Amino acid sequence: MIQLSANHILYLVEAARWTVLLSLIAFAGGAMVGLPLALMRVSRSALLRGLASVYIQVVQGTPLLIVLFLSYFGLGILGYKLDPLIAAGLSFTIYAAAFLAEIWRGCIQAVPKTQWEASDCLGLNPVQQYAYVILPQAVRIATPPTVGFMVQIVKNTSLASVIGFVELARAGQIVNNSTFEPFAIFAIVGAIYFAICYPLSVASRHLERKANAGR
Amino acid sequence: MSYKFDFEFLAERWPDFVAGAWLTIQLTVASIALGFLLGTVCALARVYGGPAVRRVVGVYVEAIRNTPLLIQIFIVYFGLSSLGLKLSAEVSAIVALTVNMGAYTTEIMRAGIQSIQRTQLEAADCLGLTKLQTILHVVLLPAMERVYPALSSQFVLLMLASSITSQISAEELTATANLVQSDTYRSFEVYVIVAVVYLALSALYRFALWAIGLVLFERRRKLGTPL
Amino acid sequence: MPEGDAVVRIRDVVKEFGPLRVLDGVGFEVTRGQTVAIVGRSGSGKSTLLRCVAGLETIQAGEIEVCGHPVGRPGSAARAQLRRDVGMVFQSYNLFPHLTVERNITLALTLVKKQSRDEAKKRAADVLGMVGLTDKIGAYPEQLSGGQQQRVAIARSLALQPQVMLFDEVTSALDPELTAEVLGVMEDLARRGMTMITVTHEMGFARRVADLVVFMHKGKVWEIGPTAELFAEPKTAEFRQFVGSEL
Repeated sequence: MIQLSANHILYLVEAARWTVLLSLIAFAGGAMVGLPLALMRVSRSALLRGLASVYIQVVQGTPLLIVLFLSYFGLGILGYKLDPLIAAGLSFTIYAAAFLAEIWRGCIQAVPKTQWEASDCLGLNPVQQYAYVILPQAVRIATPPTVGFMVQIVKNTSLASVIGFVELARAGQIVNNSTFEPFAIFAIVGAIYFAICYPLSVASRHLERKANAGR
Repeated sequence: MSYKFDFEFLAERWPDFVAGAWLTIQLTVASIALGFLLGTVCALARVYGGPAVRRVVGVYVEAIRNTPLLIQIFIVYFGLSSLGLKLSAEVSAIVALTVNMGAYTTEIMRAGIQSIQRTQLEAADCLGLTKLQTILHVVLLPAMERVYPALSSQFVLLMLASSITSQISAEELTATANLVQSDTYRSFEVYVIVAVVYLALSALYRFALWAIGLVLFERRRKLGTPL
Repeated sequence: MPEGDAVVRIRDVVKEFGPLRVLDGVGFEVTRGQTVAIVGRSGSGKSTLLRCVAGLETIQAGEIEVCGHPVGRPGSAARAQLRRDVGMVFQSYNLFPHLTVERNITLALTLVKKQSRDEAKKRAADVLGMVGLTDKIGAYPEQLSGGQQQRVAIARSLALQPQVMLFDEVTSALDPELTAEVLGVMEDLARRGMTMITVTHEMGFARRVADLVVFMHKGKVWEIGPTAELFAEPKTAEFRQFVGSEL
């Protein structure tokens, strides 16, 4: 049996960089797909609203783990063998898009209706209304919950470990396989996750208080 | 695409899926019930407790909410057994899910409890109700009614998150899927089926929670207005 | 208890909120069957005094006794006794919004007085009759007007058969026409011999119904006396000015 050493901890911290990278990929992908989805959810077209709604309902009603298995093992069987990083990135994008779309829909709808009416009276077309009046206000409302959701993303990247991607959680399992000190190792792994997530949680709460105070 | 979809394995293996889904239901109903109790007690402690108690609950909530469920499950199953406390996979799953559920419930119920005005407590006090009676009859139900949508969402999320317990080989729905796909090499079909089962379970849980809400919140059922 | 005995005794009560002295040596007595009106400007300490009698605030010095039992002492037995003796009605009604009118009234009867549901329901019907709201027994608070809610709150208190009822500006949140219906119920109670202490802005009500008027000013009992005397011949400039401004 190998003694748990500083090298192991260094290894874990280095693996945490992949956790951060995966989180950034998930957030970027989720935002790129989530914003159009959010706009579809508030669109005037019932078809667009319906499509976006079905997507969101299906993703929010399926475990992320199953989405991961489908993109990695499922697509692999179908002949599209994806690299674990690509499969994970794809799954997290699908997942984050659904949740971000719901969060942002709420924020767009939280902009008072009179803002639409006022900008309409000024002769702005719908695209201009969105770009200059609605979205800038929605972004302010959306920032705290979005930062809060990033905590969920970081934590959920731990699931990439089950398809063999070596991020923080997987690195923890690897170290445990050689040292057999699961309690200490997973406590350290948990602490590293905490170190990433807690500042985001605090920032989210802080932003929310500030937003409420400004109102 | 040359792949031919084949769902024939279902004819033989469907009882496995039913058994897996049933264990998922058992694990999650138990964790939701226990986690709700734990979280409600913690929320009461967070609002009405002394500074030390409030601090302890705060640390618990932050520690759980800022670390992955997967790691929490590993600590309970592998970690505790290495310290000599050996729990079965199912019991470990319930413990980890309960502790996780409790932390989220604490935050949600805290908001509900704080929304109950102090004057309501004074009125109950003046009528001679004890603190416990006041909490049970005056505070909890309206507090719960106010946060019931958030609570329901969290319950459904926990049911979905229970799939993670497959990683400590609790034989629930996702673990069943892993097993069947390794026997049949039909991973795509297997996971699609399981995804559909989870969607159905989500719908079932939402419906059940809605029905429970109707029973619990009599005023709401009769008047239809928010509290 | 013999006729004329003091139901509430208040002696040299001091109440401070931080550096602020809200009650500065207040004292008077209320005898059985008496209706006492406490009047004064906002900030004079009158509501605080009532809350002290109800046991909702702790006092820094002095003594309050209700039916011979000290108030504001630690110990649940004393508290339980106080709750049996004193009924309190608030400015903001404080009905329980998730319960029907009937359940609002029966809650304490079943939980505290350990009555059976049937007994409690019968009592609820009785007291609702007294405040003229028999037909609202199945309604929820939000379905009632402010005046009706306040009458239910009075009935809820009354159901427990307290020795003394406290009213804390119970009409201040109400429109004039709704105020009248609540004051009507209170007048009726006074006529039935209920011992009452009421903090009020309604000078007309105080003149008509109160036996004793307490004028509070700067945390002290500035002037006290039988209603007719006090209003006919105010002794202090402050009370004269107050009465003038309230007319």
